[in-house]
This record gives sequence, C-alpha cells and structure tokens, in this order.
Amino acid sequence: MTAISPTDQAAARATSIVAAEAQAKARLRKRHALVIGLRLAILVVFLGLWELCADYNIIDPFFFSSPSGIWEQIWSWVTEGTSQGPLWLQIYVTLEETFLGFVIGALGGIAAGIILGRNKLLADVFSIYIKIANSVPRVVLGSVFIIALGLGMASKVALAVVMVFFVVFANAFQGVREADRAMIANAQILGASPFQITTSVIIPSAMSWILASLHVSFGFALVGAVVGEFLGAKQGMGLLISTAQGAFNANGVFAAMIILAVMALVVEFLITRFENYVVKWRPAPFNEQGT
Amino acid sequence: MQLQTMGAEKLSPAAPPADAAIAIDDVTLRFVTPDGHMMTAIRDFTMTVARGEFACVVGPTGCGKSTTLNLVTGLLRPTTGNVRVMGNPVTDISRDIGFVFQADALFPWRSVIDNVAAGPLFRGTPKKEAYEKARDWIGRVGLSRFEKHYPHQLSGGMRKRVALAQTFINQPKILLMDEPFSALDMQTRTAMQDELLGLWSGLKSSVVFVTHDLEEAVALADKVYVLTAGPGTVKSVYRIDLPRPRVMADIRYDPKFIEIAKVIWNDLREEVQLGQSRGLQTGH
Repeated sequence: MTAISPTDQAAARATSIVAAEAQAKARLRKRHALVIGLRLAILVVFLGLWELCADYNIIDPFFFSSPSGIWEQIWSWVTEGTSQGPLWLQIYVTLEETFLGFVIGALGGIAAGIILGRNKLLADVFSIYIKIANSVPRVVLGSVFIIALGLGMASKVALAVVMVFFVVFANAFQGVREADRAMIANAQILGASPFQITTSVIIPSAMSWILASLHVSFGFALVGAVVGEFLGAKQGMGLLISTAQGAFNANGVFAAMIILAVMALVVEFLITRFENYVVKWRPAPFNEQGT
Repeated sequence: MQLQTMGAEKLSPAAPPADAAIAIDDVTLRFVTPDGHMMTAIRDFTMTVARGEFACVVGPTGCGKSTTLNLVTGLLRPTTGNVRVMGNPVTDISRDIGFVFQADALFPWRSVIDNVAAGPLFRGTPKKEAYEKARDWIGRVGLSRFEKHYPHQLSGGMRKRVALAQTFINQPKILLMDEPFSALDMQTRTAMQDELLGLWSGLKSSVVFVTHDLEEAVALADKVYVLTAGPGTVKSVYRIDLPRPRVMADIRYDPKFIEIAKVIWNDLREEVQLGQSRGLQTGH
C-alpha cells in the first residue's frame, strides 16, 4: 500500500493551483490580443475598401474623398500650413474657445444645479423656464452671438457655454436631488451646518452625475466652438472646414473632421483620468475589467 | 404581582418627571400627505427615558416607531403635546444627540477615519485633535487596521462598527437608534449588540432603541415600550430586571429571559396581527 503523505498532497494541490492560474492568465492574454487584433482588422478592412472604391471610381473621390487624399491633405497642412495660417494655430484657437466655453459652462451649470437643487421654491419657479430654454435649438443662438459679439473669440465661447451649461446643469440638479436622505440626516445630527452639508454631502454625492455630464458636454463645447467658427470667424478649425467646403475640397473637410475627432478623444482621455482621480472611493464597475 | 417576580414589571404610563433625559408628553403627530389627506402617525404618546437608561421601542410595522425618534431629534415637530430633551423643549437639532440609522449612512467618499472624524470636524474641533480622537474610537471598535479603507471595501458588520464609532465620538448624552442591526446576519448582530452595550456602559447615555425584534429589545433594554398598530400609541411598558453586564450569546437561553419575552410577546401579538391584516387591506 502506498500512502500519500499530507505534505505531498498539499504540494500537489499547490502546483495544480499555480498551473491553473497560469492557464487562466494565458487565456486572458489571448482574449485581449484577439480583441485588439479584430479592432485593427476592422480598421484596415474599412480603410482598404474605401481606398479601393475610390481608386476604381465606385464612389466619386471628388465628393467622398479617399484615405490617401485625406492623409495628403493633413500632411500638406502640417508641412506647408493652411490658407489661413499654420495648422497648429487653428487647432489652438479652436481648443482655446472650446476650453473656455467648457469651463465657464460647466462651472455655471454646477453652481446653478446645486442652488436650484437645494432650494425647492427656486426649483419650482425656474423649472419651466429651463425647460423652455432647453427646447430652443441652441445652435441658432450662434447667429445672435456673431451679431452681438463679433467675429472674434467671444461669440464662439458664448455658444460653447450655452451648449455646455444645460447638460451640466440638468445632471448637477438631478445629482443633488438624489443625494441620500439618511446621509444628509446623519451629517445634520453629527453637527454639520447647511453649508457643510452642501460641501461635504451634496457635492460629493452629485459628483458622479456631474462627471458623467462632463464627458458628453466637452463634445458639445467643441460643436459650439466649431459651429461658431463656421458661422463667421477669422481663425479656427470651423473656418478651415467652411473654406474647404467653399472650394469643394472634400479632402479638406474630412481632414479637419479627423483632426477634431483626435482632439476630442485626447480630451476625453484626460477627463476619464480626472474622473478616476476624483472618485477613487468608488468600487470598480464590473465592465471596466479587461479593457 | 407574579410578573414582577419573573423580572418583567408592567408599568403604568404616567406624566414624565421634570429631570428625565427624554420626555415625550401626550404627543400627537399628524401630517398632510402629498395628495392632501391628513394622516395620524402617532397619537397621545407618552414616554420617559431617565438619564443613563436603555429604552427599547417595539411594535408592528408602520406603527410610528421611527417617528418617535425624529420627534426627539427635532426633525419632526409634534402637532400637539411637547417633547423635552434634558429638561429643555426641543427647538433645533441638539448637540447632545447621536443617531444610528437603519440604512447605511456613512459617507462613501470618505475613508473610515474621515468618516469617524466627521462629527468633531463639523463641530469645529481642530483637525489634529479630531483625527486623534477618531483613531482612538476606531481602535475601540476594533478597526485600527482599516483606517484608510473606504466603506465599500468593508463588510456590513464592519460598516456598522464605523457607524457606531462615528456616533459615539461625539459622546452623545442621548443615543437614538433606528433598527440599526436589522440588516445584519444573526452572528454579526449578536456581536454588534455586545459591542453596543460595551460602548454604552462606558458612556452611560440615555438610549432609545427602535426595533421590530422583541428578543433584541428584551436582551438590551432596561425598559420596553410596546406600541399599538398605527396610529401608534403606547400599549404597555415593561421594566426588564435582567442583571448587567449581559452577554448576548448566552442571554437568549436564560429561563428568565425566555419568560419575559413570552409575557411581552403575548401583549405584542395582537397588535402585529392587527397591523398585518390592515396592511393586507390597504395593500402596504
């Protein structure tokens, strides 16, 4: 009879656990590689088909451009500059307008959301006007701002502010309203003044809502700035698009669009970093694993 | 008379004496519901808690148990009658009061130590002193290793310990508890009851502890208030003469404890049945 000593069994079990862990890790790596590979494959197929269709005139490259045409356009903007000056200046002008509009609109929206969220009477009185203001197509205000504030930066910033404000306001308001009653009562009994309740209970608990709205509203700020430039400007990515449109230059329109998308993605990444820093107390959501 | 020898003396409700820690005197509370109906939450309610006394309130669901606590905090005002805390009429939230909630009321964005230090910081204690005190109280509830953790990283029982430390750090003379342990499993609940009695014996606060669990009430209390099905009023009051210190894991097998619980349950049973049949009629 061969007896297996407990230490042998334990050792065997330990090695089997190590092996299983290694296997599981390998599986995860494999899956990750598969996802990345498929993403790249889709991009290559899409761009390749577009290029081929343009080369064989299945789609007219004059209207729908082609990846190589777009790339040549971007390259010539980078190396030779655009018709209205260097490319980086256009990007800088649009980013500056977007950021100013984003920051002013977001701060205003947060402040208004907290004030109205904390005051039932003000909320009841103003809710109707906010609904009305929110249902106005705000891009139209761009024309008003151009007339009133001129072709400079102010009119674009104003349009971006208007685009951002309502989104952030609605979320901040909702976040304040959803603050947990028990938590507020707890703070009150622990000795918090109304101001302390606002700063240490209401604002932190509305923070998830506010941060969620910041993701969306940066895109809106960019739309506001670009549309503003579209309607009339001396510099900026919007003017670049509008010039390219006037010259029937589809390559230019697509190239500007891609540059704007890259700008938006970079800022989106920065906002996510900021969000993770601010709400590090939150448990990691399930779906964030493995991306 | 026989009841007295069993350790559960039925008391007759009387007007509260002037020096009581908490005195709720003939209070009725009505409020208007959002659709415009008048609701009576409690009626002709009289209750006294002496200084350092541990009182439990039991009753069927929806009989206004939590309402009594909110009257003492000042978050609710009586329609008629008056409420006095430490001899003074209740006007605002008193600094002497501590409250442990049924729901998780910790601040999830604050770490354990920041949660416990919240009370002193709100009340203007210097930062250094507040954190020293917080560290001390976290030690007393046995969570020193978890100072830097966030609430979502702790178990339900540990979160309750944080809530107790957060409340006790203010050294409340009046301690109000609204079914604080009802969400915990049996073993954790027993441990938390021991923890509570330990902390309480060091502080000697006057306690009102609301629960739907009669055995919990008998095990913890000096005095048990039985409420009627809503609108709630005091049906009867029992003095529990079980010796202290009590050990929660053992006391439920004490024959005297079982006898007392039986007597009070007989009293409570009809109210529970009444409350349930009413609940079925109104669909709550």
